[in-house]
Amino acid sequence: MLKTEELQINIGPQHPSTHGVFRMIVTVDGETITDLKPVFGYLHRNHEQIAEQNTYLQNMPYTDRLDYFNSMANNQAYAMAVEQLVGIEVPERAEYLRVMMVELTRILNHAGALGFLINDMGMWQTQLAFGMREREKILDLFESASGARLMCNYFRFGGVVRDLPPDFIPRLKELLQAMPAFVDELERLLRENEILMQRAEGIGILPRDLALAYSVSGPVLRGSGIPYDVRKAEPYSVYDRFDFDVPVGTVGDVYDRFLVRIEEMRQSRRILQQVIEQLPDAQGGHINPKARQNVRPPVGDVYARIESPKGELGFYLVSDGSGKPYRYKVRAPSFINLTPLGDMCRGYKVADVVVILGSIDIVMGEVDR
Amino acid sequence: MIGQLLKGLRTTFGYIFTQPVTVQYPEVKRPVRERFRGRHELKRFADGKERCIGCSLCAAACPADAILVVPAENTPDHQVSYGERYAATYEINMLRCIFCGYCEDACPTNAIVLEHQYELSFYDRRDSIYTKEMLLVPEDQGHGDAPPILTQLERRPSPPAQIDL
Repeated sequence: MLKTEELQINIGPQHPSTHGVFRMIVTVDGETITDLKPVFGYLHRNHEQIAEQNTYLQNMPYTDRLDYFNSMANNQAYAMAVEQLVGIEVPERAEYLRVMMVELTRILNHAGALGFLINDMGMWQTQLAFGMREREKILDLFESASGARLMCNYFRFGGVVRDLPPDFIPRLKELLQAMPAFVDELERLLRENEILMQRAEGIGILPRDLALAYSVSGPVLRGSGIPYDVRKAEPYSVYDRFDFDVPVGTVGDVYDRFLVRIEEMRQSRRILQQVIEQLPDAQGGHINPKARQNVRPPVGDVYARIESPKGELGFYLVSDGSGKPYRYKVRAPSFINLTPLGDMCRGYKVADVVVILGSIDIVMGEVDR
Repeated sequence: MIGQLLKGLRTTFGYIFTQPVTVQYPEVKRPVRERFRGRHELKRFADGKERCIGCSLCAAACPADAILVVPAENTPDHQVSYGERYAATYEINMLRCIFCGYCEDACPTNAIVLEHQYELSFYDRRDSIYTKEMLLVPEDQGHGDAPPILTQLERRPSPPAQIDL
């Protein structure tokens, strides 16, 4: 009988598969993982402390840089928090524009995330290039509306900074028309794919009770079979007017998370079509003209949350009555979804670590803040 | 076996004959959209006078603290801009700037505008500080007439309210 000895290996922080500067201390017995300790903090840049030294409006471009894939979603969560704190009303049209932008963000995030996941499995660039091709079209829409592709800074308190350019809606319709073909192609290439099935099915299982205990959210939670979506559980903005489904997985493995993301892209498209239908009837302009941007909220605190593409994104703000937040706290979905990584990896092989990590879909800018 | 290979290669061959979506960047440049926020420019009025009145509102609005404005008084024989003051020093640190566009929003005279130039590389960190000479447009490229509030010299131009120009 061969004697095996436990060995500690170090993955990261500089590693192409860790999606940023993220370090894992993995204890292995042969090829099998017996323990995994995530170490983060390499990208810590004092986001919350900086925010407490800025005015409320000045923090808006900083929230772009939390999860730089989904700057629009971050903007919405922060704008909602401040609006609740001050008591600013948002016109109906502005709410529709916000929903439109965030749902586009969800599509581009999942297109990118799936591409990176497949890349992590060693299938190289094809699917990633497909995802990036679609993402580029959405980024171009963002650029025409907000002036930037990634760091959009499009939202203001009480609405959005500018109304849509005239050619936006026709281009969006064109994009939505072409989207099912892309999603179907992506699914056709991957769903029955031997490499994906081998690497994803039954790997990285997160059981229901463990998912609840770790308070994960987003596609990771829904992949474990819990139909929880903030858009349904606590409808914010105008989400109660749209008809969409919340896809759930069954087992909670990497494959389920992959399927949930594919289906979420289709559901986002459904929401976007309803937005386009209902937008002309919406009342009000793109911003509430009475809303002051240089806000001084009354003393109090607020927690506002949205369903960002990665999970539940919340902002907790405490105001002491001055023009700067007294306390500014981000509930970052990437960070909280990352905590069960050790339990998800235990018992699997070393090569599965990067796949499981990729299936959580993290952005280190949000994990470390 | 061969059938499977051909099935897989069908996708590959299908893409050979489609137009590529990528552009050959340094030779071919992708045009930016009208609202694109790139390198700043300091604008002038149609008669060549500088629009900037040295009020430092852009510096106050800047979340990254990238702008430095040192104002100086206009004198009758050295009238750089309309109003009482002009910016003697106007510097933007491009390493700090996050291109959020708040300076543009804050400017009462529409003097600072984020334009479409996005290739901002330099070899030295000191070159990241763009001075007024680099940011200011040439004298013949001004536009618009100065509003009455700025041309009436006995009236104080401050407090600088947002003027629709």
